[in-house]
Amino acid sequence: MNQKNKIGRRKFLGQLGGTGCLLLSSGLAPSLMGFPAEKNTHQFEAHWYEKQAYKKVLCKLCPRECKIDDRERGYCGVRENWDGIYYTLVYAKPCTYHVDPIEKKPLFHFLPGTVAFSLATVGCNVDCKFCQNWQISQIRPEQVENFDLSPEQIAGMAAQAGAPSIAYTYSEPVIFAEYMYDTAVAGNNKHLKSVMISNGYIQEKPMRELATVLSAVKIDLKAFSEKYYQDIVDGELKPVLDTLVLLKKLGIWTEIVYLVVPTFNDSENEITQLSRWMKNNLGTDVPIHFTRFYPQYKMQNLPPTPTKTLEDARQIALSEGIKFVYIGNVPGHEGENTYCPSCKKVLIERQGFYINSNNIKNEKCPFCGVVIPGIWT
Amino acid sequence: MNRRDFLHRSILIGAGFSFLPALPLNLRKLTAAPTGSRIIEITDPAVRDKSGFNHDIIENMLDEGLAALYQTDEPEKIWNQLFSEKDVVGIKVNCLSGSHGSSHMELVEVIIEKLKKSGIPSSNIIIWDRLNKDLESAGYRINWKNRNKLQCFGNDIAEYDNRLYLNGSVGSLISRTLTQTCSAIINVPVLKDHGIVGITLSMKNFFGAIHNPNKYHGKNGNPYIADLYQMNLIRQKTRLTICDALDAQYEGGPPFKPQWTWPFNGLLIGVDGVALDRVGWHIIESKRKEMGFPDLATVGRKPEYILTAGSMGIGQSDLNKIDWQKIN
Repeated sequence: MNQKNKIGRRKFLGQLGGTGCLLLSSGLAPSLMGFPAEKNTHQFEAHWYEKQAYKKVLCKLCPRECKIDDRERGYCGVRENWDGIYYTLVYAKPCTYHVDPIEKKPLFHFLPGTVAFSLATVGCNVDCKFCQNWQISQIRPEQVENFDLSPEQIAGMAAQAGAPSIAYTYSEPVIFAEYMYDTAVAGNNKHLKSVMISNGYIQEKPMRELATVLSAVKIDLKAFSEKYYQDIVDGELKPVLDTLVLLKKLGIWTEIVYLVVPTFNDSENEITQLSRWMKNNLGTDVPIHFTRFYPQYKMQNLPPTPTKTLEDARQIALSEGIKFVYIGNVPGHEGENTYCPSCKKVLIERQGFYINSNNIKNEKCPFCGVVIPGIWT
Repeated sequence: MNRRDFLHRSILIGAGFSFLPALPLNLRKLTAAPTGSRIIEITDPAVRDKSGFNHDIIENMLDEGLAALYQTDEPEKIWNQLFSEKDVVGIKVNCLSGSHGSSHMELVEVIIEKLKKSGIPSSNIIIWDRLNKDLESAGYRINWKNRNKLQCFGNDIAEYDNRLYLNGSVGSLISRTLTQTCSAIINVPVLKDHGIVGITLSMKNFFGAIHNPNKYHGKNGNPYIADLYQMNLIRQKTRLTICDALDAQYEGGPPFKPQWTWPFNGLLIGVDGVALDRVGWHIIESKRKEMGFPDLATVGRKPEYILTAGSMGIGQSDLNKIDWQKIN
């Protein structure tokens, strides 16, 4: 009940003050406390659902397909059935926004060295035990202070910030798909690209519709086993793989992040199988980032991933033929750099989220002329 | 057996139950006799009158139910034995269903009177649930500002504790009303069906205390509901469960569906929430059968979490071992 020590989100963002502070690693969790409940929350009807008997609805946004009674919410906590109509409670209600290096997403083959105007609403359609951002992904809209920002306002703010892209990130953008779609349209009208930073746990129909307005997608592939998805993620692997294949088919630039959790998803066999699946289904041009786990949320009993484990995973993927394999969350590691798959020379040298040098010219390696896949301009 | 006979017999028989795991630790320090897994089902059709529910009959039902639960002929003293004057008592209602199908104000009013009569000031009594709007939709009037009067508010303004409470499959922020403000809880769930987890009674009512109940409805709520109820915080503070079964719902819950609601005209009273839920499950299954509905297992909604809770040792889920006493 003591409200003196609370820090509101606006104050929190004000303290960041555009300094480029990293929301995710700042250790400053957004306050969950004491803000007035949202008013008039039933304003934006969800796009992807079916009405059923007795005022029930069936959500058709993610593969979970929640069947939701009147006055109840889906698993994501941000969609509510009210009198038989399904509403998104987070449309135009971002809980945070920030200007980030695109490398932080991470997207390494997409406009390197630029910034992305990044935003999120609360909510997520899975519940990863290691979530580093659970203070916004695992809560409900009324439990945090939200902004009122229309798609057009977001696009205007992004343009003003000099960001060539808008990133839907931090939590899980699938659950604010309607807002993401409209914001991407507003951004496109201002010649801004849009990128979705997602777990890929989405049905085909909404993904196809979103793909018409997106320029790139980063998928967090949590593991390459259904058991891990069941036990650690509370989701499913197969639909995520389906999304990756769909994105490939649709020609959307895609990169993969694989958070390596010690003893859980780091076996040689699993990384090998993953690499082979990628090669057979996505080709060898899709970058994959093996990133370091830090103890968070419900998984605080494990040590951070040893660098050697990440290096081993990278080596396996490279040996299986994947051309662009990165190491993440180990600032200064040589695995952060982009190397030419042909002549092996450094094309982009990175330090954390920042670019030291970018040698790519006209989408090619300047040393041997090989075309480097990605969106470079 | 009439009520007088029942009370006499109860006193003569004595407790004789050694099942204690579900007994709140705090209760052991108090003088009320242990109740084990005894569950009292008390019904009285006269409780329903033209204007709603009869206050005096609800009071009588509560008195007689507590007398039977604690095997005493002085039920008024039970309140003093369960609560001290310094306690801040939270009445955890269930108001998700709005004006119908929520914890009835008539029952809560009687509970408050009993607490006040036992010496607890109004300012130390809190009616609480998840959201202000839920409470308001069920007819409760919010009082958050005036601390000298009876309090009534949702978690949305009471705030959640910063600490992440972890137990088994559950990881949640918990309402400060539960973690910090209240020293004792009276759980007042509603007897009703639930479209995902089968039934929603004592244990599941604490989904209204956590910030992320949406994450724990999968797999029929098993083992999430049991894992939540196992938390010491909840079990130690919950001194009594009074299940509102004045109206009950056997299908279509948790939203109120009048076509599947029936006048049960009763209360289920106990300390062992697992046992109470097991009894409630049986009542709902019986009604479903009577009305020609398939059982909950057949429709994929078996409340297995109750059995899980029993196997975890936090209460009695074996119907044959529950001391289920009916008064009508």
